[in-house]
Amino acid sequence: MNLTADRFKDNVRVALDDDQLQRALTHVRSNFIEKRAKSVAALPEFEALREAARAVKDHALAHLDLYLEAYETRVAESGGHVHYAETASDARDVILDICRKAGARTVTKGKSMIAEEVDLNNHLEAHGIEPVETDLGEYIIQLRGEVPSHIIAPAVHVNQDQVESDFRRVHTHLAADRDLTEPTSLLAEARGILRDRFLAADVGITGANFLVAETGTSIIVTNEGNGDLTQILPRIHIVIASIEKIVPTLEDATTILRLLARSATGQDMSVYTTLSTGPRRPDDPDGPDEYHVVILDNGRTAMLGTEFQDMLRCIRCGACMNHCPVYHAVGGHAYGATYPGPMGQVLDPAIFGLKATHDLPNASTFCGRCESVCPMKIPLPKMMRHWRDKEFERGLSPAPQRWGIRAWAFFARRPALYRFATGLMIRALGNLGSDRGRFRMLPLAGGWTAHRDLPAPEGRTFMNAYRARAKSKGRKT
Amino acid sequence: MTLTPPHVGLFVTCLVDLFRPSVGFAAIKLLEEAGCTIDVPASQTCCGQPAYNSGDSADARAIAKSVIEAFEPYDYVVAPSGSCAGMLKKHYPALLADDAQWRPRAERLAAHTFELVSFLTDVLGVTSVTAQHDGTVTYHDSCSGLRELGIQAQPRQLLGSVDGLQLLELKNADVCCGFGGTFCVKYPDLSNAIVERKTADIADSGAETLLAGDLGCLMNMAGKLKREGRATKSRHVAEVLAGMTDVPAIGEGVSE
Repeated sequence: MNLTADRFKDNVRVALDDDQLQRALTHVRSNFIEKRAKSVAALPEFEALREAARAVKDHALAHLDLYLEAYETRVAESGGHVHYAETASDARDVILDICRKAGARTVTKGKSMIAEEVDLNNHLEAHGIEPVETDLGEYIIQLRGEVPSHIIAPAVHVNQDQVESDFRRVHTHLAADRDLTEPTSLLAEARGILRDRFLAADVGITGANFLVAETGTSIIVTNEGNGDLTQILPRIHIVIASIEKIVPTLEDATTILRLLARSATGQDMSVYTTLSTGPRRPDDPDGPDEYHVVILDNGRTAMLGTEFQDMLRCIRCGACMNHCPVYHAVGGHAYGATYPGPMGQVLDPAIFGLKATHDLPNASTFCGRCESVCPMKIPLPKMMRHWRDKEFERGLSPAPQRWGIRAWAFFARRPALYRFATGLMIRALGNLGSDRGRFRMLPLAGGWTAHRDLPAPEGRTFMNAYRARAKSKGRKT
Repeated sequence: MTLTPPHVGLFVTCLVDLFRPSVGFAAIKLLEEAGCTIDVPASQTCCGQPAYNSGDSADARAIAKSVIEAFEPYDYVVAPSGSCAGMLKKHYPALLADDAQWRPRAERLAAHTFELVSFLTDVLGVTSVTAQHDGTVTYHDSCSGLRELGIQAQPRQLLGSVDGLQLLELKNADVCCGFGGTFCVKYPDLSNAIVERKTADIADSGAETLLAGDLGCLMNMAGKLKREGRATKSRHVAEVLAGMTDVPAIGEGVSE
């Protein structure tokens, strides 16, 4: 993937100036939030489920080696193959190898953020294999040459009229005067195009919402049924998933499933919940001849046993970004790494390194709305703060910022000096600003005054005024 | 209630100390009317959040320790800010979790620390105030107070007892205003995009005055309202509850 997180501030500027994007984001700000709220309010045990789900994942993470081994054994028993990939490059190599051995020319893909994380499509294309995205949102952004801007709604940054013009640009074999003004007509057209691709594909690649250790089953949820066709029709099915998708039992998976769609889209359940366990058996009416699971680490085991372990509970529902004022302002591309929004601000530095992504954990007001809606109760702001600690320790934050904080702390740790210095400064500022009560510009305060006035101080610090008042009342301070 | 009046150490907060002492005096009036005796420890400066949220834990810890030392003698620590009270209550214990000597002291202090308005209602059982404010107000729920300390009903309850005051609810009152401490100067464009939406909602409420419980958020919103040339006034909720609205509103001068 094209990592641009190191240009985060420039990305923000571009996103804020992008009228199409800003138009698309108005839907994010209202739709997701209302639907989730309604759905959660209708389920009295939602809070209890959050606790139960957290316990499931904490347990699985505490015994991850055990459950991964059990999962691998079950997959092998059902005739499938498990491949471990330590890095993104390993995952790409494994998948390319399987595709080559199969002589694959086209590969259909269900929606997978892990495939985005390892930049699978570009790799396959570079080796002469055509990847075809089958999730409508993914299909749209593939036509546009973009990456997802949201983990469950990859094309949420695109408006309907833009989709219409993309379809007209690419689907040139269809009648030019066809009607594409309704979302349903766009969907029907994509379905028609994709049907042929499903039938022609040699390999189908899907992600996984869960890997179930008890049964060796992978589970995906979709709303379009494209995942089913991706994994049933081609001769070979490859599941790509990261290590933390493991849950011990099917029962555990269903506990979390009850939270997933409610938190994501406000549905009780996604339209399709698809379980796959190994290749086609002799009595099965359909299914692939070969079944592979590629399990990716890519920085995750390094999070185990650290202050970042809780992040591995994430089930990729997107509630955090749906409720984030920063995401609402700029959308997902501005973050410049695979995962946008608060969960990405914690996960991206672990995957892509803090040096290239250090702005991400900083770009938060710590308003805490993400944590309050996270079904897995992940303390996202706390973990962003941990990244800031590391950034400060390693000297990665901009020098003026570090010096500013140290200088301020120097005074804050010396009350008498602080009192003296602030008393003088506030008196001066108060005198300057008392007439209008605010400043439009002030040296060294450009970050503030670029967009808003700075209210002037009253002119005397509270501590000085309080002491003076106490003295005049004849009390000692 | 105890027979001896509760002895409160007022944590003024750095922004109130420097920018708006009136809020501190309003807090003192409200606490005294509720029967408290008040001290203002002279060694306080700031709660340490700028360092804590910038990754400078060493300085944050040093500041936390000096706040704990200064405020340990009191029955309660009260701050006219959900953010700073939240820092003492929720984050000091986390910051000093690995320090066997300081962790229990941080936890004791945390148990006795409260934000001003919720202290009045939840601890002292205050249900009404004696104040008059003729006009319409709207209320923004600052994030730390709302989500760390559960402050939402308390200010509305007390505002309901102010003579002449009409509360008009703010759309998206629970959405961040974009202040975020150092965030607003580190990412001015992002902060601006967020506060623009907030000031539009404030204007839509039709209220004459914006109230909130945190001066940082108020300075951000007032600064934006003023830059946009809007007439809405901004005040800390304590000023209205104490009936101390004779000083100019935030960002307004003596000439207005």
